[in-house]
Amino acid sequence: MISEQLVDLSRLQFAATALYHFLFVPLTIGMVWLLLIMESVYVMTGKVIWRDMTQFWGKLFGINFALGVTTGITLEFQFGTNWAYYSHYVGDIFGAPLAIEGLMAFFLESTLIGLFFFGWSRLSKPKHLLVTMLMAVGTNLSALWILIANGWMQNPVGSEFSYLTMRMEMVDFWAVVFNPDAQAKFVHTVSAGYLTGSMFVLSISSWYLLRKRDVEFAKRSFGVAAAFGLASALSVIVLGDESGYTVGEAQQTKMAAIEAMWETKPAPAGLTLIADINEAEQKNNWEVEVPWVMGLIGTRSVSKQIPGIHDIKIKNHERVLRGIVAVKALEALRKNRHDEQALAIFNVNKNDLGFGLLLKRYVSDMDQVTPELIDRAVNDTIPRVTPMFWGFRIMVGLGFAMLALFGIAFFSTIKASKEKSPWLLKWALWMLPAPWIACELGWFVAEYGRQPWTIYGVLPTHLSVSTLSVNSLYGSLAGFVTFYTVLLIVEMYLMVKFARQGPGSLGTGRYQFETTHGADNLLGAAK
Amino acid sequence: MIDYPTLKIIWWVLVGVLLIGFAIMDGHDMGVGTLLPFVGKTDLERRVVLNTVGPHWEGNQVWFITGGGAIFAAWPLVYATAFSGFYWALLAVLWALFLRPVGFDYRSKIHNPTWRSVWDWGLFVGGAVPPFIFGVAFGNLLEGVPFQFDNYMASTYTGTFWQLLNPFALLAGVVSSAMITMQGGTYLAHRTEGAVQQRAIKGAIGAAVIMIVAFIAAGVWLQVIPGYRISSLIDTAALSDPMSKTVVHESGAWMNNYRLQPLLWILPLLAIAGALLTTVLLLARRALIGFVTSSLALLGVIGTAGASMFPFLMPSSSMPNASLTVWDSVSSHLTLGIMFWATLIFMPLIIFYTSWAYRVMRGKVTIEQIKANEHSAY
Repeated sequence: MISEQLVDLSRLQFAATALYHFLFVPLTIGMVWLLLIMESVYVMTGKVIWRDMTQFWGKLFGINFALGVTTGITLEFQFGTNWAYYSHYVGDIFGAPLAIEGLMAFFLESTLIGLFFFGWSRLSKPKHLLVTMLMAVGTNLSALWILIANGWMQNPVGSEFSYLTMRMEMVDFWAVVFNPDAQAKFVHTVSAGYLTGSMFVLSISSWYLLRKRDVEFAKRSFGVAAAFGLASALSVIVLGDESGYTVGEAQQTKMAAIEAMWETKPAPAGLTLIADINEAEQKNNWEVEVPWVMGLIGTRSVSKQIPGIHDIKIKNHERVLRGIVAVKALEALRKNRHDEQALAIFNVNKNDLGFGLLLKRYVSDMDQVTPELIDRAVNDTIPRVTPMFWGFRIMVGLGFAMLALFGIAFFSTIKASKEKSPWLLKWALWMLPAPWIACELGWFVAEYGRQPWTIYGVLPTHLSVSTLSVNSLYGSLAGFVTFYTVLLIVEMYLMVKFARQGPGSLGTGRYQFETTHGADNLLGAAK
Repeated sequence: MIDYPTLKIIWWVLVGVLLIGFAIMDGHDMGVGTLLPFVGKTDLERRVVLNTVGPHWEGNQVWFITGGGAIFAAWPLVYATAFSGFYWALLAVLWALFLRPVGFDYRSKIHNPTWRSVWDWGLFVGGAVPPFIFGVAFGNLLEGVPFQFDNYMASTYTGTFWQLLNPFALLAGVVSSAMITMQGGTYLAHRTEGAVQQRAIKGAIGAAVIMIVAFIAAGVWLQVIPGYRISSLIDTAALSDPMSKTVVHESGAWMNNYRLQPLLWILPLLAIAGALLTTVLLLARRALIGFVTSSLALLGVIGTAGASMFPFLMPSSSMPNASLTVWDSVSSHLTLGIMFWATLIFMPLIIFYTSWAYRVMRGKVTIEQIKANEHSAY
């Protein structure tokens, strides 16, 4: 049997490296569109300030991109190094979108990013713009295929278990691609990235404006970020709701945990704003509820019920019982592939095989299963409620706070008053960490909320790991922590250094802290 | 739809193509990284070296990432077994690779000589360590790797990290390191001039000679190393289940394919001839054609390893019947089919825009160019 410690350390390592990777990804996804907007204005108007904007923000984009790439390789390889059984069990489906991501998207974005940085003097204006555009498309297609893979982990469609190969196999590729969970995740995640990119540019521009330096440059950057950010904030919230709707269909457990809904409530259910959660007794000591709203979001109807945790457990208890039968039949089939009787029993119960496998955490022999162990397995099917409930609420709260900020920032931009109010600029500056916190929490809610499964309802997390020694895990975890800390310090140092230097770091002689020329030719045409 | 046995063969070829593409493209970046501290004596010279691959290394690295993804998609059991079995070796590769994006992108952003020197050596490690480990890994595949499966098809590697570093595997590592250094040196010779070019040519020729000697030595050694052979009947259309065959471990088995198909001798000959020709062409200052012959040598080396082992992908030394082969360790018929079409559509596109990127950035990288682009060059 697999040691709990090995499972915990493998999870910790994956969570740490994935959350770390996700510090860089949303900024890349979002900023690339801001660069495209800036460069488009440059190509249309010929005003050199817009090229400088593209190049300066591009410099910061590049510093961020380097770590996004570095940490992304870790994730691809970690499936094999640390989740070998997972890789075998679902590689037939999960590997395909990963490989297609490389072929279709990552190659494109990575090849063109070189031309984006080094091709300014070698490409005509429209050709360089085309490079930027394709880089943006590549980046977003990358996100699409990764989220198709991830969406399948949440809602495993288009596939079937084969006892002969002992793994899940693809039966319908297009079902995997058009998985509603994946599509909703994609639009929500890239919108969150757009919001992150906008926040980044808005905050740093606000800092320049507060210090009254590089004002022409900062005002324009602020305007682009405000407009794009407002659209992104709206879409993140609307499409987040869409993602809530599909979660409701595919993963009622996750929804119930997010809402701390212990009991099934009469339709349409209310939305719990805050609650005092009592996990031990499986109830809320008190809660503040807005009537109707949850039912509308979760089911898009006033009559459908959303099941609570206790009812989900009753259903899962049945599934565990059938799962035990399925596991026994499977083990008989693995001994003798021609055991007709076992095959018949297996086929009836195979949809609950994953629920039977949950017991492998406690016993390897299904004949030793006791009612207590069954209860433990059923309890395992519900993730811990408190972190889900609060993680989700902080994310949503930050989303609305950013919507308000971008709304006002956009309004102040179109009003075109001479100066923006210092309180708005300060607010924008202090909100800089908000999208990162929201993105990390969103990722946490999605992944932690899927526990105890790596593939929802199919493969339990504790079975998915590689058979490694616990010492190997301690060693690799220590290595990752050391490497990632050093890399983060270096990255932050450079980011802060260049953000402080501002567009003067381009060495064009047109900006603050540079000795030559003046700011007079800023709005002139490019050479 | 193409039938299952044919698709299994196609995927063996396609993974080979991806590995060779990786060696040619990311290989020359890594070779450049390996040579960086030695061919660039001054900061400006090192910046020249860096900027020969500056616009391209990022795209080239995707050969590595896509190669990994393709193995995951086409041979999930190989991906799972090899990556978890070679745990520390893979982590060493990964951590060495960490130094590349940051090294390339961050090095010249700060004017401190210590900072720059640290990243130069970081780029050396990022360029030199992965090819060596890949070579060592291939050496171990040829010898067989101690792993086994339980009834649930969970694999366990029963060896240690240190036993991967055995003499034959280390020799394979030398072949790999030398060929990648040759590739990087030849590329540098094409893209630079003056003193840097001189040193790059010297490095590439030295590497080519080492490669030829080590490759021949490994080939002779391979005659006596026990290889693996499937002794039961093979059902090439069967579902993927590595436990349904029997395998024998016997001396000279890796030569069987050459006996059956003498045409395969072209591959090792190509490896040696390619490296020799590269040497001659470099002496004649024809580095661009030299890059082609060097690439052919890489194809020869990787092709030789693949052809010797076929149909084995990862033989098991502790449970030979569990060995992973082209026939029984692959994805389903449907997945192989879809991935085949995806590769067929996107691979030509990748080659097209990569060639375009190289065309746009063509020409020698000079010290004057670096001075003129102080703020934007690497």
